[in-house]
Amino acid sequence: MTQTANAAPGTGAAITARALTKSFHGTTVLHPTDLHVPAGEILVLLGPSGCGKTTLLRLIAGLERPDGPDMLRFDGEDVSGVPVERRNVGMVFQSYALFPNMTVGENVAYGLKVRGLPSAERRAEAGRLLALVGLEEHAGKRITAISGGQRQRCALARALAIKPRVLLLDEPLAALDAVLRERLRAEIGLLLREFGITAVYVTHDQAEAMAIGDRIAVMQAGRIAQIDRPEVIYHRPANDFVADFVGTMNRLAGPVRDGRLVLDGGDTRADLPTGGPDREAILCFRPEAVRLRDGPGEGAILARITATTFFGATQRLLAEVAGQVLRLDLPSGLTFRPGQLAAFSLEGPALLEFPRNG
Amino acid sequence: MGRRWTTWAGIGLTALLTLFLILPVLLSIMAGLCVNYARGLSSGLTLAWVGQVLDLYLDTILRSLAVAATTLVLTLLIGVPGAYALVRRGGPLARIVEEVVTLPVAIPGLALALGLIITYGGYGTFRQSTLFIAVGHVLFTLPFMLRAVMAVLETIDWRVLDEGAASLGAPAWRRFVDVILPNVREGILAGSLTVVTLSVGEFNLTWMMHTPTTKTLPVGLADAYASLRLEIASAYTLVFLVMIVPLLVGLQMVAGPQRERIGP
Amino acid sequence: MRTRRFDLLLILPLAVFTLAFLILPLARLGVTAVEGERGAMAFLAILTEPRYRASLLATLLLALATTAGTLAIATVAAQTLANRRFPGRGLLLSLLTFPLAFPGVVVGFMVILLGGRLGLVGGVTRAVAGTNVVFAYSLTGLFIGYLYFSVPRVLLTILAAAEKLDPALVEAARSLGAGPLAIQRDVVLPALFPALYTGGALCFATAMGAFGTAFTLATNVDVVPMLIYTEFTLATNAAMAAALSIALGLITWLALALARLRPAGV
Repeated sequence: MTQTANAAPGTGAAITARALTKSFHGTTVLHPTDLHVPAGEILVLLGPSGCGKTTLLRLIAGLERPDGPDMLRFDGEDVSGVPVERRNVGMVFQSYALFPNMTVGENVAYGLKVRGLPSAERRAEAGRLLALVGLEEHAGKRITAISGGQRQRCALARALAIKPRVLLLDEPLAALDAVLRERLRAEIGLLLREFGITAVYVTHDQAEAMAIGDRIAVMQAGRIAQIDRPEVIYHRPANDFVADFVGTMNRLAGPVRDGRLVLDGGDTRADLPTGGPDREAILCFRPEAVRLRDGPGEGAILARITATTFFGATQRLLAEVAGQVLRLDLPSGLTFRPGQLAAFSLEGPALLEFPRNG
Repeated sequence: MGRRWTTWAGIGLTALLTLFLILPVLLSIMAGLCVNYARGLSSGLTLAWVGQVLDLYLDTILRSLAVAATTLVLTLLIGVPGAYALVRRGGPLARIVEEVVTLPVAIPGLALALGLIITYGGYGTFRQSTLFIAVGHVLFTLPFMLRAVMAVLETIDWRVLDEGAASLGAPAWRRFVDVILPNVREGILAGSLTVVTLSVGEFNLTWMMHTPTTKTLPVGLADAYASLRLEIASAYTLVFLVMIVPLLVGLQMVAGPQRERIGP
Repeated sequence: MRTRRFDLLLILPLAVFTLAFLILPLARLGVTAVEGERGAMAFLAILTEPRYRASLLATLLLALATTAGTLAIATVAAQTLANRRFPGRGLLLSLLTFPLAFPGVVVGFMVILLGGRLGLVGGVTRAVAGTNVVFAYSLTGLFIGYLYFSVPRVLLTILAAAEKLDPALVEAARSLGAGPLAIQRDVVLPALFPALYTGGALCFATAMGAFGTAFTLATNVDVVPMLIYTEFTLATNAAMAAALSIALGLITWLALALARLRPAGV
């Protein structure tokens, strides 16, 4: 037990997938995928259900076998044909998969027992892990006697106890209620960084993905649509799908003439500098990328407010410009009345353009 | 609210039914303990008839216990892994296999016994052995063990438990022993009690299959009913009841009254 | 996960046992049936030869009568016991289902204790009317015996259904002015139908194959299982015994297969 759980950052293996593919009964659920996760990185697989993120995770785990040989390497070693029990991966299941016939402590120690560690050593090690997740007082309890959040942490401790090369988490917070989920996601993020372990984390919750991931891979229909740091995914989404999946995106469609997109809806109007040749374009921006300004003009949107929703620190406005609906987030200190006209400017880098029908 | 005549009729009929089912059992117990049944309890109580039964039939009682124990061991070895295999495999193929292996519930014991005798009658040693009887009992009781274990497997998330143990490094057989078996123990227990109860009371197959040296308790009972005085037959029945009541109480505690059907 | 070898090891004992002691004997049974002097006509003989035909008819009628009687008794008793809580209810249910574990021979003996020469009914009638009524060794005795092992079994099935029946349904029917028989016909029995169907098929199959009770009572009515036994042991006609076994097995298997194909509905 020289290598401790609080080892230096960068423990764990780098994961490399090359044209990793998986089909079930002739249906391809994961199209050839290339992926590199450096040692110590936390990669979040984000996407709607059925996008292939769980399949990708289970392939990395060894719970599914890829379609071909040499598609997956841990630190350069081909593990494509290595079954899960010999891959030394830690797995946190959505339903936790805790063993009801064992106590909390026995669950955490089970992987060490399988590895033939003497009873005293594995009890000590399990105790250390339990202390790390704040469950030391519950070691002797039955799984059914602890709460959902405690089970979640027990599952995490159990997966970490075997000092895995890679930690894999499959929607680990999905079974918890919203408040607990938010608290635990911060805790898990901290814990994973403290361990410095390579981790792949599957979720369909974009807020969770942003909070936890060093990088996020947004998946769509069996492919990685975009893989990058959370802020890039948010501010520079590669396509419509990613843009919408990680948050709300406004779209203004219209003709670009002389480097400007001009919309004229009578009393409402937009005049946004874009540069580039004349074309039909769709300009996109996030709801929080607008500022209130005094009046219309170059680089401004003059919109009619149709509804307001109070969110606490911010308020969400529904506004209309030249027949197109916008959702805008502004400080709740400002007062708007439905029907009034208001002028907004856009923060320059927040403006994106997607090809028409892109 | 006054009760209607139908309610009273229902209560009356249920009471009659209870008497119908229980009275003969009480009569049998009494007859086995009475000095003379025709004269009733006034003739006095005695354990002499039970003593005679033990003199005459102790071998059948012990053999029934041995057969039940052998049957239990074999159904556990065959049925528990088999049940897990069928649930793991799933799909239409497993359904067909399940249908085939549970056929002995649907086919009269006599037919099964006849098949076994025709097939293995030529193998003298095996044919004459108590093991032959036990094989018949395994054939008949195996479906009950399979169903009891499969029923519990279907209520636990065995796949996730199995994957969980696999992710911690346990090889397949070890996952089965460490994680699957302990979590289906209720099914195994219920199945075991059912198997032993059925085996101790099995008559249809055993009557066809037994030889003079492989008589079990129910075979001896049939003998006694046909040829001995009522008191001995009753005392013998009493011995049988004493053997199965603990099993039934255990089964009730494990599975509740809505248990799998068992019987002749 | 790839665990093919492990999966094979799991199923191996079951496969070997089933092949050796179920498939092979059943196949041998089939071969034996057609190897007799009649050949495959042995199956036809069950219908054409008066002795076999009479036995088959008697067994079918007995099984049907048992099923009808059992369903009637069990339906009434189940409704009486369902949703009624009283002290000793658990014990009563245990007593009512206790005979499930009796082998057929013991059931036969219970009938002898009720209706045999020293039986309870005879004793009562002798005291009251001066005649010793003995029914144990007649068709009546056989029927009583079949009821004895059938009712507990079917009672469990119907009781489970009756306890799921919403009492508000009956109350609604009463509020609409329905009498007790109309409530049974229009509300209760339709709701219990799936259980009656399953229980009835189960009861029929068991009654068809029952051997021990008939053996103990040794009535002059030869039910098919008794016939198989006598053909095999006394007449040493293995071919006919095998043919009868297969026919009987098909009937009981079909009845149980029908029981599992539950009708759609509640």
